[in-house]
Amino acid sequence: MSVDHSLNIIEVNKVSFAYKESLVLKEVSLNIHKGDYLGMIGPNGGGKTTLIKMMLGLLTPTSGTVKLFGQDIRTFKEWSRVGYVPQKVINFDVNFPATVFEVVAMGRYGKRGLFRSLTKEDRRVVQESLRQVEMWEFRDRIIGDLSGGQQQRAFIARALAGQPEVIFLDEPMAGVDAQAQDQFYQLLKKLNRDLELTLVFISHDIEAVVNEVTEIAFVNRTLSYDDDPKKFVKEEMKKLYGESKFIHHHHKHV
Amino acid sequence: MVSPNLFITTTNMFELFQYSFAIRGLEAGIIIGLIAPLIGMFLVLRRYSLIADTLAHVSLAGIAIGFLLQINPIVTAIASTVLSSVVIERLRISRRVYGESALAIFLSGSLALAVVLISLAHGFNVGLLNYLFGSIVTVKQTDLYIIGGLGAVVAALLFLFYKELVYITFDEESAQVSGIPTRAINTLLIVLAALTVSLSIPIVGVLLISALMVIPVVTALQFRQSFGKTIVVAELVSLFSVIVGIAASFYFNLSTGGTIVLVSLVLFALSLGFRKR
Repeated sequence: MSVDHSLNIIEVNKVSFAYKESLVLKEVSLNIHKGDYLGMIGPNGGGKTTLIKMMLGLLTPTSGTVKLFGQDIRTFKEWSRVGYVPQKVINFDVNFPATVFEVVAMGRYGKRGLFRSLTKEDRRVVQESLRQVEMWEFRDRIIGDLSGGQQQRAFIARALAGQPEVIFLDEPMAGVDAQAQDQFYQLLKKLNRDLELTLVFISHDIEAVVNEVTEIAFVNRTLSYDDDPKKFVKEEMKKLYGESKFIHHHHKHV
Repeated sequence: MVSPNLFITTTNMFELFQYSFAIRGLEAGIIIGLIAPLIGMFLVLRRYSLIADTLAHVSLAGIAIGFLLQINPIVTAIASTVLSSVVIERLRISRRVYGESALAIFLSGSLALAVVLISLAHGFNVGLLNYLFGSIVTVKQTDLYIIGGLGAVVAALLFLFYKELVYITFDEESAQVSGIPTRAINTLLIVLAALTVSLSIPIVGVLLISALMVIPVVTALQFRQSFGKTIVVAELVSLFSVIVGIAASFYFNLSTGGTIVLVSLVLFALSLGFRKR
């Protein structure tokens, strides 16, 4: 492969995050390299979303540093190099009056800058992004009228339209049925391999993630990282399984 | 004996255009009718509908100040709403109070201030009542210049920041990640809402302005169209309501603001019937 996997795109260094009194993340460090397909797993409330939000500049770490493309995130300006697919399918307004095309075009807005309207070139990129995710024929449909899987593909197209180098996806499978999930994983694999896009992918579906990603990070207040997801999960399971020997079931007799 | 009657109605039909106050009212009404739903679109979709109402009450305090100091009430209304809108937004961001609570505080607080100021000015007079419910008689020539000038500014700024406003309205987090200065745009929106509310008061009145920002938009939303087409439908509903409302209030001697809002409500009821499912 021609991708330089040794190049650090994102460097998280000893980052902690506290919400009020409670520590959500404790001295977490992580390097994401160009071309990585990183799966981030861990229990709910374990800090996955918090970590991603700090890498996107949506939250500021209590301590530690985050660098994007070698620059400190506090002074980082090249946001068009970063794409984001939020946990949308479950919490967006289905009555919002926007067509698929209009939603995907939003992906060009940041790139275009203030006071400028979209150009022919922008429209071409939007079309290309929609074709990439096989949603071009749905361009005139209202986004809220589509199925969960189709909506999610439209959101991927929106991220693609910004022509980023890395895309963050937060639980993109929520609200997507099983068949659409398979298609979705194929799409992500294609983006990672063919377009050499770096992907950071949050999920609680460990089994599915292990079979797809090339790197894995387990986040639960601290972070453990491995570039062999299958081996990693096997070991983690062993740990969990080992622990379960010490769990006793108390049956109450009434 | 039908023809004499018919003759009288046809001459009456053009009577509106014989009075300069009525023409001024209609002109001001059309300007307001054009910008209110533009702002309303973003407020409604962001669940900010109540902010228009709050700012309207703030503007009443501004109007009372204007009456007391004998300054043009539109000017004091603009100053007070713009200032308050920035404070409300700050309060919301600080998260020291809930968003709606911030609105409630400003709504009741400014109404309290208005009432106290009015009692200082020895009670209600007809002029103030016109600002409460709106009347085409209220619009003076200088008001028309202010409404026209600032209306153009509001429309131009909405046009310039259109795509940022759309993105933030749909998905604020992603907009922020894409590098859009969300905080500045949010403040801009609320200041523009404050301006629009103040400009609308002479026509629709303090108590009815939020209706003109909200009802045409909610009506247009029933048709489930693209963002662009929804704005066009909202504009048509708003303009129709304003023109028919002003004409009806003129010929039948009805409250202008009330008639405009009732016409738009009829259109809203019809749109509900249109919507399948």
